[in-house]
Amino acid sequence: MSRGPKVELGRRYRFAASHRLHTARLTEDENWRVFGKCNNPFGHGHNYVVEVSVSGDVNPATGMIANLADLDNFVHREVIEPFDHRYLNEEVAAFRETVPTTENLCVEIFARLKDFPRAKLERVRIEETGNNSFEYSGDTIVGDRQRGNPEGKRP
Amino acid sequence: MILLTRKIEFSASHFYHNPEFSPEENLRVFGKCNNPHGHGHNYTLEVTVAGEPDPATGMVLDLKDLKEILEREVMQRMDHRHLNYEVPELAGQIPTCENVARVIWNLLEPRITQGKLHRVRLYESADLFADCYRNGAKAV
Repeated sequence: MSRGPKVELGRRYRFAASHRLHTARLTEDENWRVFGKCNNPFGHGHNYVVEVSVSGDVNPATGMIANLADLDNFVHREVIEPFDHRYLNEEVAAFRETVPTTENLCVEIFARLKDFPRAKLERVRIEETGNNSFEYSGDTIVGDRQRGNPEGKRP
Repeated sequence: MILLTRKIEFSASHFYHNPEFSPEENLRVFGKCNNPHGHGHNYTLEVTVAGEPDPATGMVLDLKDLKEILEREVMQRMDHRHLNYEVPELAGQIPTCENVARVIWNLLEPRITQGKLHRVRLYESADLFADCYRNGAKAV
């Protein structure tokens, strides 16, 4: 199977959730300056699209890298059910301390999906809106480049 | 380096069936895609070529040439065809998105002589696609 290209399977999922960009590390005024209207204390929401790419050998018996039903069930259990129609700041433990920007959402969703047993997780790409998208391939995050963490501290 | 992408659409039918599986196993593995009457998709193909623009023309490759390659290698072979029966390159393979994308990569790769084929992305639907990259190359 070394001849020919490397093949990845990509699948798109959707969930709707609310969030608020706010950090206890900054004062009220600084939060407002950094996050603008995303700092509204009542929160706001998005229709998120999560694009998941996995790689592996294409099984000659099935023509598949991974059975879609297995991938769908895994992503639904690990991400869609706990995130859909939730307030991310309060209802997803990872975001009690970490600002739920879409960058951080990529990192969290990658961590939840990386142990998919049937194929290798290559990438998570999230569309926060039709105009903003973010990708993460599991490399090390440098603390001072994370939005919402201007002091550069690890969350 | 510049990445240039051309998109085309084609429509084709297929079904999934492995003659070595029992009928029950075929149904369990492939679900409704196992329906022997077949079903169809509007496929969207994105072909990305990497290269440096020619100083004289400003082009990585002439889009007319790419269009012609895609017409000959993909459209004439697959558009309004039954992928199980009418595409010899897929003979003996289950025509999944992964396998169709791989066949398209193998057809296009030797034909693209200006620049290098970088990625083939084949959408079977808006929410399901397969990507092919040069083996050993890092995905961009």
